[in-house]
Amino acid sequence: MDVLIIGLLLGGIYALMAMGLQLQYGVARIMNLANGEILVAAALSTFWFYTALHVSPFLALLAIVPAAFGLNWAIYRYLMLPLVRRARSQGHLEVDSILATFGLSFISVGVLLAVFGGHYLNYSYLAVPFRIFGENYGLNRVAAFLGASAICAGLYVWLVRTRPGLTLRAIAVNPQAAGLVGIDVVKVSAFGFALGGAVTATGGALLSMFLTFDASIGVIFTLKALVIVILGGVSDVRGAIAASFILGLTETLVATFVDPGLTIAAAYVLFLAILLLRPQGLFGRRPA
Amino acid sequence: MTAAERTNLGLAGLALLAAALLPVVGSGYWLSIGISIAMYTVLATSWALFSGPTNYISLATAAFFGLGMYTVAGGINLLPFPVLVALAALAGAVLAGVVGLATLRISGVYFVIFTLGLAELVRQLVAWGQHVMGASSGLFVLINVSDRMLYWMLLALAVLVYLVGWWIGRSRLGFALRIIGNDEVVAVHAGINTARAKVALFVIAGAFAALTGAVMAPRYNYVEPTLAFNPFLSFQVVIMALLGGAHRLWGPLLGVIPLTFLLEAISRSFPRQQILLLGVAFLLIVYFVPAGVVGLVEGAFRRRKFGHA
Repeated sequence: MDVLIIGLLLGGIYALMAMGLQLQYGVARIMNLANGEILVAAALSTFWFYTALHVSPFLALLAIVPAAFGLNWAIYRYLMLPLVRRARSQGHLEVDSILATFGLSFISVGVLLAVFGGHYLNYSYLAVPFRIFGENYGLNRVAAFLGASAICAGLYVWLVRTRPGLTLRAIAVNPQAAGLVGIDVVKVSAFGFALGGAVTATGGALLSMFLTFDASIGVIFTLKALVIVILGGVSDVRGAIAASFILGLTETLVATFVDPGLTIAAAYVLFLAILLLRPQGLFGRRPA
Repeated sequence: MTAAERTNLGLAGLALLAAALLPVVGSGYWLSIGISIAMYTVLATSWALFSGPTNYISLATAAFFGLGMYTVAGGINLLPFPVLVALAALAGAVLAGVVGLATLRISGVYFVIFTLGLAELVRQLVAWGQHVMGASSGLFVLINVSDRMLYWMLLALAVLVYLVGWWIGRSRLGFALRIIGNDEVVAVHAGINTARAKVALFVIAGAFAALTGAVMAPRYNYVEPTLAFNPFLSFQVVIMALLGGAHRLWGPLLGVIPLTFLLEAISRSFPRQQILLLGVAFLLIVYFVPAGVVGLVEGAFRRRKFGHA
């Protein structure tokens, strides 16, 4: 029972991180391999806010989210847009953007190493027991989960119910057609990329409340987010949320009953299963 | 064989002879540089055999390299070294085959993502396997292979890569791959079994990376997972092949030589900023030399020949 709940709590935050990547890939069409580094940068910044300035992680979000938004907007505007413009086809853009963000991820690791050093960092915030169904869980896990759920829900409603959300989804469906109905595709794509980065950073800040981070761990989170997005289907937010819970549960089960060192292996089993059985994702539609 | 081909073959033979004589004339420093260059040449050229024509970026060199290294380290007390090297090639080929069959039938992004974490996946599985069997995480590789011998083995491997690459370039398989790289839909309509061609090439690249790891194992007396499955290696191989130019057989070599010296200088002068500086170099290459040094040279030739940009 406690394993299931820990898995669900973890899955909730994974959902946030995966929605960030999904916005970047779905709307801006950039497969961002530096996504995990954004998450780690946010996690380590939260660590710094808490230990050096005694600012609570939730308040730190007020600084981290705008910073991540601005940084990702700049990355899209100045690094990705030239690639979008020079690409001759979607496949060409994919190769270029993968290479560029791969290089970017190593630059970020280098910067993070220089700023925070190479050791594992964590801090103790809300480390008091919280009872659910007669078992104790860290209050930090529960608080992070509630925060992530609130943001996920807000984002989902915003995407589905509002006009700006609609423009984002229109570009995700078909950028050419979106341009024809008067959407400024470049501007909205940049916005989507920046929003995705900010959402991922929020996930990182929340995860840092109960996980230990070091500067070079980003690629692990990039992979997890990628597996979730593929598992859930590239264009469906509900799919990503469902897939996050599946990954959170699988990881926790494997870590508890087999070996805690096999979390990536667990994600890969899911990845392989979906590739072999349902490549369009759980909620994705088969291409016509 | 045309006259031009004969000249090229003669030049290649001379270059090989000069390279083979390096340990006789060169000192310790030059020999260690030579080993690095030979190693990266095998890795980057075999990487480009697959990723060059198809544009499928593989980020998994370290997985195959580490697997090869672990095959040797794990069996060194049971079997002779040459047998282990052959087994390593087989292990690399099998791993590449499995990964290829699972991912190369669908779109390219899945392949890239899968290879991104492959080194970490194999590392976790190896560490777990050792843990279950009660072994310690590191393994000793105590056999006598001099640096000279190592260099010549790597050089022989490089020759083999070039021969295989040359053969693929003239075969139907190579032709099929170039069509796939240009337009996969066209390739399918032309009756090419695209999945089979891609998997075949990926298997060759994986086997070579595993061979390199196996040959390099004696250089590190003590092999452990974080050393063998270092993701930084995959990154270095990609950057070298791209700088040289992945669409020509001899392209990667032109990236390997300058970057080996650069890496050596960086790790000597700025060991802590190594990742950052290489990341910057990588971005510069992607943005400003997208077709590699080979592309620049070919572009210059074309302009001279036709007199316009």
